[in-house]
Amino acid sequence: MDVAIEVAGLVKRYGDVTALDGVDLQVPRGTVLGLLGPNGAGKTTIVRILTTLLQPDAGRATIDGVDVLANPREVRRRLGLSGQYAAVDEYLTGFENLDMIGRLYHLGRSRSRERARELLAQFSLTDAGDRPARTYSGGMRRRLDLAGALVAHPPVLFLDEPTTGLDPRSRTEMWGVIQQLVADGTTLLLTTQYLEEADVLADDIVVIDHGRAIARGTSDELKAQIGGERLELTVSDEDRLEEAVGVVTPLGVAPPVTDEHRRSLTMPVTGGVKALRQALDRLEAVGLEVDDAGVRRPTLDDVFLTLTGSTAGDDEPADEVAS
Amino acid sequence: MTTLDVVNDAAVVAKRNLIKIKRVPDLLVFTTLSPIMFVLLFAYVFGGAIDPSGGGAAYREFLIAGIFAQTVVFGATNTGAGLADDVKKGIIDRFRSLPMAPSAVLTGRTLSDVVNNVIVLIVMSITGLIVGWRINTGPLEALWGFVLLLIFAYAISWVMAWLGLLIPSPEVINNASFIVIFPLTFVANTFVPIDTLPGPLQVVAEWNPVSSVTEAARELFGNPAPNPTGNVSTAWSLVHPQLYTLIWSVVIVAVFAPLAGAQYRRAASR
Repeated sequence: MDVAIEVAGLVKRYGDVTALDGVDLQVPRGTVLGLLGPNGAGKTTIVRILTTLLQPDAGRATIDGVDVLANPREVRRRLGLSGQYAAVDEYLTGFENLDMIGRLYHLGRSRSRERARELLAQFSLTDAGDRPARTYSGGMRRRLDLAGALVAHPPVLFLDEPTTGLDPRSRTEMWGVIQQLVADGTTLLLTTQYLEEADVLADDIVVIDHGRAIARGTSDELKAQIGGERLELTVSDEDRLEEAVGVVTPLGVAPPVTDEHRRSLTMPVTGGVKALRQALDRLEAVGLEVDDAGVRRPTLDDVFLTLTGSTAGDDEPADEVAS
Repeated sequence: MTTLDVVNDAAVVAKRNLIKIKRVPDLLVFTTLSPIMFVLLFAYVFGGAIDPSGGGAAYREFLIAGIFAQTVVFGATNTGAGLADDVKKGIIDRFRSLPMAPSAVLTGRTLSDVVNNVIVLIVMSITGLIVGWRINTGPLEALWGFVLLLIFAYAISWVMAWLGLLIPSPEVINNASFIVIFPLTFVANTFVPIDTLPGPLQVVAEWNPVSSVTEAARELFGNPAPNPTGNVSTAWSLVHPQLYTLIWSVVIVAVFAPLAGAQYRRAASR
């Protein structure tokens, strides 16, 4: 297997806090790995180490066959990084931002300009290209930042939470842009807090929690592990919640989780709509009134509930250092 | 990485910083307005008290070199605040992930601040000429006076670069440097002749490099002290102000450029 990113036993400590506790990763060339985890899980720390911004305390990593610790400058030639917050210079125009990055990759004056125009066109920024970036919307800044990561056609790309803070429309646009890139054969490591995003973009997903990989596999494999859709029901009468649990449990792939305060239950099911209809029929048959009912896709919380038994982001203050 | 790459990278970064001056002209307006205000305040509020017989004319002549020195030292704050801002906005991360010369971010920044200082000195010279300041020497001496001011300012820029990376908050940098720079530029011969200061302060002022750069500029512009009392300071630093200023500048760069470089490599590693 041709591996583009290889990581073994990565450890990073900040004083007493262990941000990374022995992480191993392998990303085959031309594929997308999604690092999924809550804030402070250690995702950004991994990206910072792999992009030479941070030294690990133990472990080793290679990018495109080059050792990250031994030869950081050579590694920098082969990677593009687009960060959690868009690192564009707001006083420069879109064109000037990209041109500057090209010059710093030593592409030369004319090639840098040419490449800047190409990327502006590719990211639908041509019209805004000569305006200072501070006039851009959040989505436009992210696209410009991503374009910056692509200036030198790097074979390996790192995107750290590329859509965090974007509105739903900009997020969908960003996904489209990323999918196009990947179709061209770029190897991508992407971090995200959104299961849906990893589902859409990643070939393989590694779930990170407290600096460790707690699960890995394709999106389908993970879903099989955590169950597919979630059936959510809210009953009218708080006192009959337990009764409702008894009625619907046989329809699920795992027992439901209840929230008495909201008079609701959540249960993993397969064949969502069918399960929903059956549940409503059964509840009606015993005369249980339902206020709200629906089927939804699993969220990061569901993944964590299933894998660790606690909600994503619980007891995290110490890990803030890592993000 | 060839020398050419290192120079190219520094030039690219410097150009990027200079574009900011063009895009946010208010920044330049305010960095030049405050020294203009200082010139006018000191010249017309204190001038009469310090130099009663001449109605302040001789004092204004004396004052200008002091304001030049104060302004370029204050201007170095921009270096620190600019770098702190870049760290905060993640731009330093982007630079550090590029295969560029690591030194370029700092040399580019300090060099663009020299250009900034040149513009500020031109504006202030014009203001000075309007209130009666004159260069009474030759063009070459005057030019060397300006260059010496710029060299000293460049050195102070490296101190601020280190601070800006150490404390990556533009607001804190501005306030912190104020506390240092105010006494540094006031306990000196910038605004009053040194022999009017109380004894111990006089010694501090004599050896303060801001005094020597001011004294050197006065010497090179031909601007004598008003009301000479005859008590000319005999401190070595003020007898050889040009040499003393150059020694300080070299020492400051030799100490703070490596410190800033080390801090840059660590900057984002938190």
